[in-house]
Amino acid sequence: MRKVATIAQRELGAYFLSPIAYAVHAMFLFTAGLAFALGTFKAGGEASLRSLFEFWIVLILVFVLPMLTMRLMSEELRSGTIETLLTAPITEVEIIVGKFCGAFAFYVIMLVALLFFPILLSNYGDVDPWLLVCNYIGLLLLGALYVSVGLFFSTLTKHQVIAVLFSFGLLALMTFAFHALSTRIENWPKLRTVMQQLSIQSHFHDFVRGMLDLNHLMFFLTTTGFFLFVAVKLLEARRWR
Amino acid sequence: MIRVTNLTKSYGPVRAVDNISFEVERGGVVGFLGPNGAGKTTTIRVLTCFQPATSGTASIGGFDVFTHSIEVRRIVGYLPENTPLYPEMRVAEYLHFRGKLRGLSYAQRVEAVKRVADRCWLGEFINRPIGHLSKGMRQRVGLADAIMHDPDVLILDEPTIGLDPTQIRETRNLIQELGARHTILLSSHILHEVEQICQRAIIIAAGRVVASGSPQELRERFSAQARVIAEMRGPKDDVEKSVRALDGVSAVEAVARDGWVRLAVDPKPERDVREDIFRLTTDKGWSLREIRREGATLEDFFIKVTAQQAVGEVSPP
Repeated sequence: MRKVATIAQRELGAYFLSPIAYAVHAMFLFTAGLAFALGTFKAGGEASLRSLFEFWIVLILVFVLPMLTMRLMSEELRSGTIETLLTAPITEVEIIVGKFCGAFAFYVIMLVALLFFPILLSNYGDVDPWLLVCNYIGLLLLGALYVSVGLFFSTLTKHQVIAVLFSFGLLALMTFAFHALSTRIENWPKLRTVMQQLSIQSHFHDFVRGMLDLNHLMFFLTTTGFFLFVAVKLLEARRWR
Repeated sequence: MIRVTNLTKSYGPVRAVDNISFEVERGGVVGFLGPNGAGKTTTIRVLTCFQPATSGTASIGGFDVFTHSIEVRRIVGYLPENTPLYPEMRVAEYLHFRGKLRGLSYAQRVEAVKRVADRCWLGEFINRPIGHLSKGMRQRVGLADAIMHDPDVLILDEPTIGLDPTQIRETRNLIQELGARHTILLSSHILHEVEQICQRAIIIAAGRVVASGSPQELRERFSAQARVIAEMRGPKDDVEKSVRALDGVSAVEAVARDGWVRLAVDPKPERDVREDIFRLTTDKGWSLREIRREGATLEDFFIKVTAQQAVGEVSPP
């Protein structure tokens, strides 16, 4: 566990020393703020962050998180530091989990800034605190999944551009495409069910509405676990080639 | 301490390392020599558990590199070629990070960083970001990282490449000092460096071991095959024929100039023909004004032996 913390600490520190992380963070806050200002924060509107969280934030995260995770492993592969990392007495599991935690910690810091919106809203209307907690739990789970997908693609290639494009592609597919497609397929009910189950949006939806469903919790946890597992296997495969 | 048995490593169809075997005993400083592309780095990568062998086994300290990888990595300090480092971290920060990866406690790390900063002359830039360091400084940081946890075995891949002469000398002295307490396997293509520091040299070319022994032994072996240059005054054809007729001579090249004949004589293996040539000149009454054996350095041996490997003949080790 100590080594996981060591790797996580290093990654988090590296984010703060990199201009890319600041740029991405700034972009996130800007677009989220824009969505909030134009969509939610208007006279006569509902004092709820529902539309913000339900759609806009998810859309923004599909773009932003792959940009944060693209360098996690790709940079090590490209610069050769993977050699000093893999020849140290540390297991691949510790490396992947450590990197995941470092990136996730940065994501959590990004989310903290979002708290500004409900605080602002509460001046003008009633904001349900438990709903907010539920929303944030959903966001944390969603972010964990996105980070694990990004880390997986980063481990796959030393080219950061490929990592970011594929992460973005898969996340867009799982978040939006599956949901949209599932409403259009009526002839194949089995396929429809599969798509609905894999669709991130349908799972996230309930968190926004205030429901903590074990079903959805398990979806996020197991899918995140799946991508981390495959990333570990990818790293281990290097020892077999 | 280090044992390699029938190690083969192929990258697809290319066989980078072809059935090599060697041993490094505890406390030894062994040089791994070879031209570029010979398979030195590949062998080292198998030993440090970065890549697996295609066949054969390797073990360090009794631990097999494949089945007991973590144990091997604990007792090895490795300096890779091109010293990869994280440019955004500061030197002290980086060393602490590596120390933590190796399981050192805070107190141990502080002491270790101080120790290696001293030994590798990191003092003046210990708090500078690695991205701002020169190549020589980065090399020293890499070496510091390798020795930080006081490993039993040090594996250094071209540790003096890119350093200036002063730094090279200091690094070599450091390696010699370290050799007193650690087992060191050092790869290089700077031959006189290996001659100076190493007790034994293993010469590898095209994936095979072509020679192994102490630098002294290898030089002797070459000397025995070295060309003899002689210059004597006599009729060219007669001189050439008589020298060629000598027992122990395998080939002669003669050039006549100003009445003197300059000869380059290739002796048969393990034969020293200098005395025979001298006796010939006294018998025939020819004046002799030069007789010497051409350069007996490890470098000549190396070039000859690796050239032979390239052509397809393999010298007995």
